[in-house]
Amino acid sequence: MYAMRRWSVRHARGLEWLYDTFAAFMLMLDPLWRRIGYERLEGPAATVEKAVKGFLFDCRMCGHCVLSHTGMSCPMNCPKALRNGPCGGVRPDGMCEIEPEMRCVWIEAYEGSLRMRNPGNIETINGHIDETFKNRSSWLRVTHEAAEARRGLREASAADLVRGRN
Amino acid sequence: MYAGTPPAMLSANGGASGPFDHDTPPEKPAGHYSRSRFERVLRAGHFAVTAELAPPDSVDPDEVYRRAAVFDGWVDAINATDGSGANVHMSAVSICALLTRAGYSPVMQMSCRDRNRIAMQGDVLGAAAMGVGCILCLTGDGVQVGDQPGAKPVFDLGSVSLLRMIRYMRDEKRFLSGRPLTKGPEVFLGAAENPFSPPYEFRPLRLKKKVEAGAQFIQTQYCFDIPLFRRFMDRVCDMGLHEKVFILVGVGALPSARTARWVRSHVPGVHIPEECVRRLEQAQNPAAEGRKLCVELMQQIKETRGVSGIHVMSPRQEQYLGEIVKESGVLGGRRPFCRGDPQLPMAQPAHHGV
Repeated sequence: MYAMRRWSVRHARGLEWLYDTFAAFMLMLDPLWRRIGYERLEGPAATVEKAVKGFLFDCRMCGHCVLSHTGMSCPMNCPKALRNGPCGGVRPDGMCEIEPEMRCVWIEAYEGSLRMRNPGNIETINGHIDETFKNRSSWLRVTHEAAEARRGLREASAADLVRGRN
Repeated sequence: MYAGTPPAMLSANGGASGPFDHDTPPEKPAGHYSRSRFERVLRAGHFAVTAELAPPDSVDPDEVYRRAAVFDGWVDAINATDGSGANVHMSAVSICALLTRAGYSPVMQMSCRDRNRIAMQGDVLGAAAMGVGCILCLTGDGVQVGDQPGAKPVFDLGSVSLLRMIRYMRDEKRFLSGRPLTKGPEVFLGAAENPFSPPYEFRPLRLKKKVEAGAQFIQTQYCFDIPLFRRFMDRVCDMGLHEKVFILVGVGALPSARTARWVRSHVPGVHIPEECVRRLEQAQNPAAEGRKLCVELMQQIKETRGVSGIHVMSPRQEQYLGEIVKESGVLGGRRPFCRGDPQLPMAQPAHHGV
């Protein structure tokens, strides 16, 4: 919903905090997720994610969530699906070239980013979309990747200890 | 000879030297990314002029050559547009194939609207094989503004990811999938920017992103508002971007106040201040006044810090390009490529830190 999407951008700071807290919570529960199996969780997680993010951001479930880089304005709502800034066609009143009744999602993104803790995140270059990620949970993937990285670090340090003893 | 006869192949080269003219070196100069004349002119520190060729709605190659001929001796590169304004015309890749045969240095525009990454990577290889040395990466206008609003918009990539993809093909000699190429495309990469469209404060940051993604030259949207443009350039220079990328600024001659108003309301992203429109309205000969305005803008743009050239886009007014460029004096007496010239002094390469 357009009004809700704009509310989310106006409350980008609060949502950023909520997101960070939620991400830490998800990561904390990694042992549980592993026990159930990440692949098994995919279906239910994607359903919940779609409902929540659909309501807050008009999320399109691209599977590559970059809301923390885009001021909580989902770039997939751009009719050109631009992930790195506005096109050159933005109208003087800030409305979209293609959908004149919608504010440019990148104008929203820029305003939202200024409210966030690190406004410079908007300068990050976001990569191209991998269509095979579509309709998959981005929360679960990020948690899984973060947990693996953390485990990787732990395993490396354990290996270092072993080497040290030898 | 099939598919038209590039005049240069009949004259100086006697048709024997293949698609490349005498002015194109067989190897790219050291520190260059392409063999393109346009890159050499910019790296030699010259103020460059490029022009947009109106693509024909025809299969006649001579229409392309006729349209290119009016630029002879005035421009360093010719942009071949890719369905600009979402209207169908002869494709950019084929216009470039014709232009390189005649010895021109084309800038091939690639828009993300009509092709996915598979088609685009194939076209990059084909274009480079035909001698295209410069590619301008664009997002593209929405299909709604063109003559086929029912078409499916693709936008598999955006301009930034397109830049990154072609740079990866060139530098890593691989497709986006990682599959290796036996020879990578030697191309000088460009992107567009529109300093005249909101959010104004974000535009320099967007330029920075494009430079980081691989843009080596920039061609901007039409500039009719010098104060707004200078504010943008001040920020760009503060960020040091003008030392990393060659910036060419878009200009065009408006034939009448009515056209100016139409362009302002129908062409996405074109900002024409009211005083420009009024000036045309009050002129006895609006078309001549439009050209005079264009000349004045070019001179003011050249004086702006960080600018490397001018990009002229004047649909249906191409015949005046020579007159406008000459009047403005931006070339400073330098004579760019002309098909008839037997020998051109080759620009000496100088490194520009790109």
